[in-house]
Amino acid sequence: MRILKINLSEYSYEIEERDDIEEWIGGAALAVKLMREEIKPNVDPLSEENVVVFAVGPFTPAYPLASKTVAMFKSPLTGNLGESHAGGRTAMAIANAGYRAIVIKGKSHKPVYVVVENDRVYFRDARVIWGIADSLVVARIIAEKEKGRGIRTIMRIGGAGVKLVRYACVTTETYRHFGRLGLGAVFGSKNLRALVVIGRGAFKVKDVKAYKEVYREIYDLALKSDAMKKYHLIGTPVNVKPLNTIKALPTRNLTSTTFEKADEISGEAFAEYNLGRRIACAHCPIACIHVATLRIPYENEPYFYRTIMVSYDYEPIYSLGSMLGVGSREGVLRLIHKVETLGLDAMSTGVCLAWATEAFKRGLIGENETIVKLEFGNVENYLQAMEYLYQQPNDFYRVLAQGVERASEVYGGREFALAFGGNEMPGYHAGYATHIGYLIGLRHSHLDNAGYALDQKIKDYPPPEELVDQLVKEECWRQVLSSLVVCFFARGVYKPEIVSKAFKPLGYELSEEELIRYGEETYREKLRLKVDMGFKKPRIPDRIFETECTHGKLEREYVERALDYWWSKYVR
Amino acid sequence: MIHMPKRLVTVDLEKCVGCGLCVLACSRKFGYAGNDYSGILSVSLSGFERGATVIFCRGCEDPPCVQVCPTGALRKRKGGGVLYKEELCIGCKNCVQACTIGAIFERRDGKIAVCIHCGYCVNFCPHGVLALKEVKA
Repeated sequence: MRILKINLSEYSYEIEERDDIEEWIGGAALAVKLMREEIKPNVDPLSEENVVVFAVGPFTPAYPLASKTVAMFKSPLTGNLGESHAGGRTAMAIANAGYRAIVIKGKSHKPVYVVVENDRVYFRDARVIWGIADSLVVARIIAEKEKGRGIRTIMRIGGAGVKLVRYACVTTETYRHFGRLGLGAVFGSKNLRALVVIGRGAFKVKDVKAYKEVYREIYDLALKSDAMKKYHLIGTPVNVKPLNTIKALPTRNLTSTTFEKADEISGEAFAEYNLGRRIACAHCPIACIHVATLRIPYENEPYFYRTIMVSYDYEPIYSLGSMLGVGSREGVLRLIHKVETLGLDAMSTGVCLAWATEAFKRGLIGENETIVKLEFGNVENYLQAMEYLYQQPNDFYRVLAQGVERASEVYGGREFALAFGGNEMPGYHAGYATHIGYLIGLRHSHLDNAGYALDQKIKDYPPPEELVDQLVKEECWRQVLSSLVVCFFARGVYKPEIVSKAFKPLGYELSEEELIRYGEETYREKLRLKVDMGFKKPRIPDRIFETECTHGKLEREYVERALDYWWSKYVR
Repeated sequence: MIHMPKRLVTVDLEKCVGCGLCVLACSRKFGYAGNDYSGILSVSLSGFERGATVIFCRGCEDPPCVQVCPTGALRKRKGGGVLYKEELCIGCKNCVQACTIGAIFERRDGKIAVCIHCGYCVNFCPHGVLALKEVKA
């Protein structure tokens, strides 16, 4: 397989042919391996020594729904391993350019953006655009200047990445994100404004007839079965109502799990009143990206409107809606648009501001710190606070730009600072598996092991040890999916049997057992890398025991026992 | 029974989600995974805010690309558009320049990819944007 290595310090690149790596390895498994080779575990995440890996998989672009890109780096938010996945056209462009992975090392002396065009790499001056805060404007400028329309990806940072907000994201194709754990700040620290990849290419499959048959089977499964139905229509926000009903929707910094305005900001309401169009990631027939149209009138100038297109999903509706007590669709969309333009992670931003609002209410901080009065539901002031997160006009915002873990260390309010392993909480408070899942998930993401989904199925909890084993088993299988870069939404399509079958026409024999071993090994290697980077047993925020969830109030002892068991069995 | 020639057309571009499945189908028809052999391109309309569209041969009755082909690799097709004889193509790219809508694509091996209206991609257009329609010859 071919790996492209770009060195920003020397403005050089090399293309490595790696015959020593099995052809069927990709995504998360490959990224862990390359990180191991390239990074010293103890480096400062914002230093020249940090390394970024983008990896795609053996099914890209052979099969549909295998178009995620796995980014791996050392996270400036947690100080530990960072891993973030994005859709869009990135994976397709990288694969068609001829690479299984791209490695970025070093730091440019001055702002640049990098263009990869199949076998060539160009370093372009980005000094003129470095000060532009709006990620959409930067993308448009680069799109107009560079070629490759239709066969490229433009991965860029907004102002938050430039200003090293530790939860800045990298945005691709306007609406998809390497959202979590601060890849945007790593780009910023390397003086890298964007990475453009232009790819034209193809590879001949081993068995054409069988390939076309398996392709058809996967395609039909995706479209005709129920496996992906919920993503077709209303999209991920279909979760808002049911989560609210079962008391799992984190509201006002998790002081509640039901939100009186849930219907107003539900997927159904967005679809009915705001949905403007749907778009798809490359090679995905589902088109789950829901884009709303929002018309904002100018108050003092009649007949002037701003019309913006805003992509919405469940997670930003939770973090910038219920979590901030914002119950109007217009308010939610404006807040999403703001994080989109600045290139902030929606979840981390929402959780940080929710913590700050509660801290403000309790008098731990005042207007000296926050400049604007923070109160749940006040959209205008939250918009202003986001601007301050970017500008960082005082110590408070400089600290809040480092995440809620750090902010609560400095200003107090740790018991209601909702971070797990340093990563701000995702949008579920469904039970034990949810929170144990966040704590032990190697990315501290709800998607690592889907504890939130397990909680919705469980009636009586098993002993914590059993629950942990179950979550780890799920996470191991998800290592296989993220090594194939299959979208997790397509997990119902890509069952072990189909995966094994899909490998054959490409020339690889992998049994279901081998696949499962591959997942377990990837899990172990990733955890080992986390430990070498100084992973400490994560703190459990008190708040999760105070607020009722689907299963009533949770008991600390159960969660602690689970965490201790995981730590002694898997980490040590 | 008279067989009418067919042509690839768009039914409703507003429903194009930019998934590019047509692009991948086109190369797959020839046994390849990727976009290099594809005679169709999926693009956003200056960013996905404005949606997406597909670019492919619109089946000219009097195709400029045929006129500028020095070797006869491109010939007029019954019902509009062209037939492509790859072995005659010298990779001059005159046709790429001649096509007003940019529907002829350069392959990595120097030759070209162009839609010949076979309709294979129609089977993989999940939202009914593309169709194969009979036309008068």
